[in-house]
Amino acid sequence: MPPEPIPQTLETTYREAVREAIRDAMRRDPSVFLMGEDVGRYGGCYAVSKGLIAEFGPERIRDAPLSESGFTGAGIGAAMAGMRPIVELMTVNFSLLALDQILNTAATVRHMSGNQFGAPLVIRMATGAGRQLAAQHSHSLEGWYAHIPGIRVLAPATLEDARGMLWTALQEPDPVLIFENVMLYNMAGQLAAGAGAVDIERAAVRRQGRDLTLITYGGSLWKALDAAQALAADGIEADVIDLRTLRPLDDATIMASVRRTRRAVIVDEGWRSGSISAEIGMRIVEQAFWELDAPVGRVCSAEAPIPYARHLEMAALPQVPAIVRAAKATLGPT
Amino acid sequence: MSTPPIETTILEELGNIAPEADLSSLDRRADLREALDIDSMDFLNLVAALHKRLGIDIPELDYPQMFTLDGALAYLGRRIGRQLEPDPRA
Amino acid sequence: MPSLGADMEAGTLVEWLVKPGDQVHRGDVVAVVETQKGAIEIEIFESGTVEEILVPLDERVPVGTPLARLRLEGEGAEPAPRPPPSSPEATAALGAAPEGGEPKPFLPLARPGPAAPAEAELRPAAERILASPAARRIASERGLDLAALTGSGPGGAVISPDLDRAPAEEPRVAGPRARPGLDLDAMRSAIAGAMARSKREIPHYYLQHTVDMATALDWLAEANAGRTPERRLLAGALFIKAVALAARRFPALNGFFGTKNFEPSRAVHVGVAIAIRGGGLAAPALHDADRLSLGELMDGMRDLVQRTRAGRMRSSEIADATITVSSLGERGVEALYGVIYPPQVAIVGFGKIVQRPWVIDGAVGPRPVVTATLGADHRVSDGHAGALFLAHIDKLLQEPERL
Repeated sequence: MPPEPIPQTLETTYREAVREAIRDAMRRDPSVFLMGEDVGRYGGCYAVSKGLIAEFGPERIRDAPLSESGFTGAGIGAAMAGMRPIVELMTVNFSLLALDQILNTAATVRHMSGNQFGAPLVIRMATGAGRQLAAQHSHSLEGWYAHIPGIRVLAPATLEDARGMLWTALQEPDPVLIFENVMLYNMAGQLAAGAGAVDIERAAVRRQGRDLTLITYGGSLWKALDAAQALAADGIEADVIDLRTLRPLDDATIMASVRRTRRAVIVDEGWRSGSISAEIGMRIVEQAFWELDAPVGRVCSAEAPIPYARHLEMAALPQVPAIVRAAKATLGPT
Repeated sequence: MSTPPIETTILEELGNIAPEADLSSLDRRADLREALDIDSMDFLNLVAALHKRLGIDIPELDYPQMFTLDGALAYLGRRIGRQLEPDPRA
Repeated sequence: MPSLGADMEAGTLVEWLVKPGDQVHRGDVVAVVETQKGAIEIEIFESGTVEEILVPLDERVPVGTPLARLRLEGEGAEPAPRPPPSSPEATAALGAAPEGGEPKPFLPLARPGPAAPAEAELRPAAERILASPAARRIASERGLDLAALTGSGPGGAVISPDLDRAPAEEPRVAGPRARPGLDLDAMRSAIAGAMARSKREIPHYYLQHTVDMATALDWLAEANAGRTPERRLLAGALFIKAVALAARRFPALNGFFGTKNFEPSRAVHVGVAIAIRGGGLAAPALHDADRLSLGELMDGMRDLVQRTRAGRMRSSEIADATITVSSLGERGVEALYGVIYPPQVAIVGFGKIVQRPWVIDGAVGPRPVVTATLGADHRVSDGHAGALFLAHIDKLLQEPERL
C-alpha cells in the first residue's frame, strides 16, 4: 500500500493561524497561559481561542473580569514572577484602560528596577476598522504604542506571521504587543505544513518594483498590494514593504528601497497627525533626503472618529484608489 | 594607380596639424617637433592620420624614426614595401 | 553677454547662428562673441524659442547685457520669483518671467562660480529652481546646471532621470564654420590681465615633487602596443587623470575663489593648458575629468586641443575649469611653476619626463622621472595640504592601471 502523501501546505485562516500559534506555545512551554475577556468559555470575541479551554483547562485559558487594567496588571506581575502570559485585549480601544499598566509598569519595570526585573509578556489585541463596529471599537492606535521605549510592537499581516510571531515574541525578555487587524481574521490561504516561528526584526519586501516604495503594515498591506497591481497595469512598478515590526522600525530595509526608487508613499490606517506614518516619513527625510525625487506621500485614515455607516467607514479608511493616486503623484505631472 | 606619393601625404597631414607653418621652407633633416612646434598630442595625431591613410601600423617604439621629414619618408617607405612583399622570414 | 573669464568686461557680437522663431536647446551654439581670447562660441543653457535678437552684429556690449529674448519651453507653468527690486539690472538681464509667460531674456552663461565683481552684482539673489533633492545632489556632483533642464517630476520639478538625459540632449556643433581667426594680440593682453590679477591678488605658494615614472611608462608602453594610433594614450592623460582624482580628494585645491569666499567644487573640471603656436595660451575645461576613462580623456584632450587652436572654444569650457594642469610633454624643461588662473585656486605643472640617476633598493640606476609642481592659493590651503596632494598624485601614478 503506498504511503499517504504528506500535504506540503494547509488551507487555513488568519484566525486559525493565531490559534495554532497559541496552542503550539502552550504545548511547548508550561509557563505560557492565555488570559482575557471571554477567551475561555465563549472562545474569544473574535473566536481566536475557540476550543482551547477544552484542551488546556480553565487554569491556563483564564476568563478575566471586565477590568483591563486589573488583568493586564496581573499578567505583568505573573511575567515578572517567571510566567509567560499571553494577555488578550478585545480591541486597541479598550487597551487604553490598561495603558497605565502597559506604559508605566510593563515598559518601565526593567529601567526602574535597575535591570532586576523584566516583564516578558505578550499582549495581543485587535485593531482597525471595517466591520461597522463604530468609533469606540474601530481605531488603529498601534502607532501610539510604537512611541513607547521598552516595548516591542508587532503587526502580523500574513498567515505566516500570524502563525510565527507569537513564539518569537514570547522569547523576548521584555513586553511585546501584537496587533491583529480585525479584517484579517477571516483571510484564508495556504500555510506551509511545518510553519513555525519567524523573525520579528526585519520588514519584508512583499513585492519588488523600481519606481516607488509603498510602505505599510497590517490590514493595509493587502490594499497596498492591490494598488501595486493596479499601478503595474500602467507600467508603474512599486516596491511594497510590510513593516511587520512597528517598534523598532527596520530603517535599513526602508532606506534601501527608497534609495533605489527615490519615491515613497506610506499607507497607515492610523490618523495622519502624529502617526507612525509621520515617523517613517521623517526618518526617510533624515536618512535619505538627497536620494528623493519627490515629496514623501501618505495615505491615512480621515481625521475623524471612524464612522458607523458602511459607506462612510469605507470612505474614512485608506483605499486602493487613494493609494494609486498618491503613488502617481510622486511620479510626475501626468 | 592614383595613390599620391608618401611625401605628399605626410605634408598634407602636417599641414592639417600645423596650418600656420610654411612647409615649403621646412628643413628635411630637422626635428619636426622643433621646426613646427609640434607637441606630443600633435605628433600622435600625425601618426594616427598616417595610419588611417596609408593603412600601416606605426608602433610607438618606431616614433623616433619619424622625427624628421626624411626619416619619416624612409621609414614609411620601408613599412609599405614590407607590407606589399611577402615577409622574407616566413 | 556672458562673462567668459574673470577679467572680461565687454564683448563684441560677431555672428548670430539663430534668428527669431528658431527652436534652441540647451547646449546649442547660438552666437559667436569676439573677446580678447579670440572668438568664443556661446552656448545656450535654456531650451525654448528665440523671440527677439537684442544685440546686432558687430556691437560691443558690456558683460550682463541681454543678447536676445527667449521663450522657454513650458513657460508659464511655474512663475519664477522676481529678483529683488533693488537690482533693476538683474531684472533686465535675467528677466524672471512674470505670470502669463512673457518672453524671457536670457544670459547664455548664467553659471555660478567664477565671479568678476561686475558679474556678481548682476546675478540674481536667489532664483529658486524646482528640483528634487536627488537631482540637486547629482547635478552638483556632475556640475550640471539645473536651470537648463526641463523637469519631468511632480510640479515639473527636475528629477534625477532628467539629469541622465541631459548630456545626450547636448548637440555637437555641426561641422566647422568659417569664423574669425584667433587674434593673438588680444589673447596676449587677456593673458596679461588674468596673470597680473593673479599675481596681484593671489598669495601663491609653490611645492615641488619628483615622481618616478618607470611603472607608469612601462604600463603605457604595454597598453599602447595593443592600440591603434588613434586610441593610444599619452603620459599627459595620466597626469590629468591623477590630478583630477587627487583634486576630488583635496577640495581646498578645487573650486573658485569668488568675491569674498572660496567655494569648493564637487565636480572636477580640469583646465588643460594648451599652447597656441605663434604665442598664446588657453586652458579650456575638460569637464568631469575625474570620471572619464583614460580613453575618453584622450578623446576629450584631442578635441579640446584641435578646437582651441582653431579658435573654436565653447563658452562653458572657458568659465568652468576648477583646477588647471600644465604639462610640458616630451620637450621643454624639467619643471614649470604655474600662475594660478583666477578665480581658481591651484595649478599643477608637469615638466618634461627625463632620465635621472635614481636610488632603487640602495643602488643607483637610470630612471625616468618627472617633476610635478603645485602652485596654490594660500588664502585657501596651506603647504601641508598641498604636500599631501602632490604625494597623492605620486601614489596614483604608481598604479597607472587603476587610473
